[in-house]
Amino acid sequence: MPVRRVGAPTTGEAAREALDRAALARAWATPPGWLGWLTSANHKSVALRYIVTAFGFFALGGVLAALMRLQLAHPESRLIGPDLYNQIFTMHGSTMMFLFAVPVMEAMGIYLVPLMIGTRNVAFPRMNNFGYWIYLAGGLMLWTSFVLNIGPDTGWFAYVPLSGPAYAPGKRVDIWAQLITFTEVAALVAAVEIVVTTLKMRCPGMSLNRMPLLVWAMLITAFMVIFAMPAIMAASTMLAMDRLVDTHFFNPAEGGDALLWQHLFWFFGHPEVYIIFIPATGFVSMIVSTFARRQIFGYPAMVLALIATGFLGFSLWVHHMFATGLPMLGESFFTAASMMIAIPSGLQVFCWLATLRGGRVVVRAPLLFALGFIALFVLGGLTGVMLAAVPFDLQAHDTYFVVAHFHYVLIGGALFPLLGAILFWLPKMCGRLPNERLGRWSFWVLFVGFNVTFFPMHLLGLGGMPRRVYTYATDAGFATGNAAASVGAVILTAGVLLFAANIAWTLRRGAPAGDNPWGGETLEWATSSPPPIYNFAYLPTVDGQAPLWSPHERPVVTGLRTDVREILITDAIDATPDHRQRLDGASIWPLLTAMAGTAGIVTALFTPWGVTIGALLLLVTLTGWFWPRAGHDHAEQAP
Amino acid sequence: MRAVAILACAALALVACQREQRRFSEVAPASGRPTHPTPQAQANPAEGNAWAVAQGKQLYRAYNCNGCHANGGGGMGPALMDATWLYGSAPDEVYTSIVQGRPNGMPAFGGRIPDQQVWQLVAYVRSMSGQVRVDIRPTRDDHMQVKESEQARRHDLPKPTAPGPSR
Amino acid sequence: MRACVVAIRRLAPIVVVACAACSGRMPALDPSGPQAARIATWWWIAFWVSVVVLALVLAFLLHTLARRRIAAAPASATHDPRVERRLVIGVSAAVGLSAVTLLVLLVSSIATGRALHDFGGADPLTVQVTGRQWWWDVEYWDPVPSQRVRTANEIHIPVGRPVLVKTRSSDVIHSFWVPGLHGKKDNIPGHGSSLVLQADRAGTFAGRCAEFCGVQHAHMQLLVIAEPPEVFEAWLQGQRTSAKAPTEGPARRGFEVFMSGPCALCHTVLGTPAGGRTGPDLTHLASRRTLAAGTVPNTPGHLAGWIIDPQGVKPGAQMPANSFDADDLSALLAFLGGLS
Repeated sequence: MPVRRVGAPTTGEAAREALDRAALARAWATPPGWLGWLTSANHKSVALRYIVTAFGFFALGGVLAALMRLQLAHPESRLIGPDLYNQIFTMHGSTMMFLFAVPVMEAMGIYLVPLMIGTRNVAFPRMNNFGYWIYLAGGLMLWTSFVLNIGPDTGWFAYVPLSGPAYAPGKRVDIWAQLITFTEVAALVAAVEIVVTTLKMRCPGMSLNRMPLLVWAMLITAFMVIFAMPAIMAASTMLAMDRLVDTHFFNPAEGGDALLWQHLFWFFGHPEVYIIFIPATGFVSMIVSTFARRQIFGYPAMVLALIATGFLGFSLWVHHMFATGLPMLGESFFTAASMMIAIPSGLQVFCWLATLRGGRVVVRAPLLFALGFIALFVLGGLTGVMLAAVPFDLQAHDTYFVVAHFHYVLIGGALFPLLGAILFWLPKMCGRLPNERLGRWSFWVLFVGFNVTFFPMHLLGLGGMPRRVYTYATDAGFATGNAAASVGAVILTAGVLLFAANIAWTLRRGAPAGDNPWGGETLEWATSSPPPIYNFAYLPTVDGQAPLWSPHERPVVTGLRTDVREILITDAIDATPDHRQRLDGASIWPLLTAMAGTAGIVTALFTPWGVTIGALLLLVTLTGWFWPRAGHDHAEQAP
Repeated sequence: MRAVAILACAALALVACQREQRRFSEVAPASGRPTHPTPQAQANPAEGNAWAVAQGKQLYRAYNCNGCHANGGGGMGPALMDATWLYGSAPDEVYTSIVQGRPNGMPAFGGRIPDQQVWQLVAYVRSMSGQVRVDIRPTRDDHMQVKESEQARRHDLPKPTAPGPSR
Repeated sequence: MRACVVAIRRLAPIVVVACAACSGRMPALDPSGPQAARIATWWWIAFWVSVVVLALVLAFLLHTLARRRIAAAPASATHDPRVERRLVIGVSAAVGLSAVTLLVLLVSSIATGRALHDFGGADPLTVQVTGRQWWWDVEYWDPVPSQRVRTANEIHIPVGRPVLVKTRSSDVIHSFWVPGLHGKKDNIPGHGSSLVLQADRAGTFAGRCAEFCGVQHAHMQLLVIAEPPEVFEAWLQGQRTSAKAPTEGPARRGFEVFMSGPCALCHTVLGTPAGGRTGPDLTHLASRRTLAAGTVPNTPGHLAGWIIDPQGVKPGAQMPANSFDADDLSALLAFLGGLS
């Protein structure tokens, strides 16, 4: 291992390492077969499962988008009726935001953070497994209900009173409210994992100021999740209660308030988009530094920019409500905050540009995605500054101008970095190199297709086309823009298929990747591709920000037991070793707990007794989960 | 195991599809005023459909049924949310009450309200006394609350079976 | 080749915007009143600032890539201090410039917002617009109740006079938006809000609902018709007069069909016993230009289609299908056509 020594190991050391690796492989092994798949406590396999599932939902959401573009390609089209169209755009937004964007970012964190900080697993391996199952249950519930015509149809933000008991009959909105429950529990689980792992399990020497920028991004994102999710959990619970048990949270005639929903939702909703964006900036930082062959310019500034973005993200939410008639002075505060957040984001962009300027750039497909991100995100950010101003927002709010803006910052600002990150870390995950030509082609087709689809939407919005309309009049003047956008959607789809083809090709025919095919500087490149289940034979130590680029060798951690799952807990600030910790292995209880929770939540759609049923079932499964194990201190495998 | 799952899904599909459908248009009769064919069976085409029951709730207010029946508690007209039914509570009996009117003041709405809307009203009226499935009943109004929602109908209320004495 | 692609990518958006703006299909940027004009002015400032910023960023990026040297040397964790200092200066300058630009945009935005808020005269024309699924219930307010006018989906205003639009809702959240005259304001049940707009030239301005409100949100338009003040006063006076029940001819038969059929249960025709409040007021139906909230033009053919099969025109609308035989229908159309 490069971190370990210069020159070849002695025969004795090599033999000892081989024995240690064999012991670690046994200690950390997952049971074989499908039982192992259901009970896995390996952060990498759970994370990969999460990423694959999230991309599956991305594909489904993309199909919905294609249907919308098909319907809107011609004026007064009768292809899709209003009821189905309302379900489609609601499902598109909910799938992309709740089932794809946040989960995939957190899953990348679950995969990469332990590797980047030099430890063997996440802090709570079984809870990690539980998080995946509860996420999958939520996604399956939503999509099954869509197939059964119970898909939610009041938009991904479900404003009351339209989504309330009087105007949304049936169970559609209840399904949406419970989707929130599932996905927010999963998001909180992953966030807690990332926070605890990052703060307590970093390898010795990796003080906070030596953490890779991606780890900083994930840490800040995780804190944002913890603070933002409760708002929407409260809101969706209140809505479910209004609909099921006759409460009046949002009934103006009985003391409730329709605007309360909007405040609660957007207090979550705005940080949500930064939860999606900040990990993407982490990806870009890693990709740019690797391919510019130098560390990111201005590390302290970048960290402060991330922290500032995280904080400021919580002070912007009213900019979604400028048309509701709130007092002007209050709205001005939110204009100021919404414009101010452009400063840390701009600082990050300038630092990346400086990195490229001061480095020796090698262009590969992952870097193309990062560069495309810079172009698209700056454009999207500029339209965001326009929308931050109340006067202009009063014209552009709820029009296709906003649709264009948020797709620029979400696709350009988050999906492009994500795709670049997939290509970048694919060799690490599967041990094979992606096809460079397919990578470049997929980038260009995606870039062109994206711009052809979404740029005309700025013009459509300025021309007066509102959002969430299933059709428009022939004489409204929207036909050309919509036709162009629909053509762009075809190109965009081709780009997605090319990217998928690259992944498929890589898995089948990709050239074997060594430990560090791109020449990266962080610790995940110091182990094999794919990493062994125990990540590192010996946990590394670091004394700088770019351990693999430093000229001298570093000692490794020895003395941890190899016959049980033992890791090293370090101090939160300076990462000095503190104590050893025994982690748990594979267990069926997370799956059973997820099933119990699912049973309770789904029953609660129909009767409040579901809460009681769920609580009783959870009592049983949580007891099983936390039952103290006899022989925990002996070298025994958990079942 | 797989067969059970498929059967469960199929059962769910049948139940859910019917509850959630939005049937905006019915085929109007060829000509003439709204016709109201004699209801053949006891079943109400609108009863399994949550949207239809919610429409019935809106129509109840729009056509001023609450002018005589209040929000189910009655006033000039009899209460609709209790278990006493002068002319029967079966769907076809409520339908006939609405279409033909009844003595002592119930107007005949036949010829004035399209047939589809009559069935929606029938379903809503029956939901007030808890005779519609729990997951289909409308929930509370976004207005001043003068009664519990139909969702909160108590299950221990006696279910009417046969029509009471007709006058 | 690369330079061509680059140039096209940078210029295309600007060209497209320029073309579209010239074509004048963007009412928000082609204002017809002082409120919309203030918004448009601010936007053009922000637009050109954005163009410059985007161009600078892209130019810098492309220039950096163009002048890169393919490096064989491995990455190093140490850097040349001169290069570092230049980068520090560059990044600091860029951040400082961004902050100043944002401050300018912020201050101008707040000033514009204040001007929008403070606009209005001492005696505006007051119109209450209640959003309903899926049409606009318009009421012209007057201190004398009998002088109030109730109409639907069409607002006439005098040129050059401020109009106070009070936005209300009777069911879900809608949003009143006439882009050629002003920004939008939500109609929120339980909250009353308002905006003041003014048209500086005569014309017809399209408006629409701008908050998703259910299945027919797409077909909830309205028209704002600005007229010279004397024309407006004449229109208002006409709207204040009640209809008269016809006494002979097919219109009489149509009136009887109206009263004995489903129509009178939901619609009001002042001057007749029809007093339903569920649907729009039809007293002056024939004077309106569109039906079904701007979905179809107000012609006898479209009116007949709307009465017989509204779900075909606007699926999900609250108006039920009605069945009339041919004679009754033509009589009804004659009656409705007389309601001007």
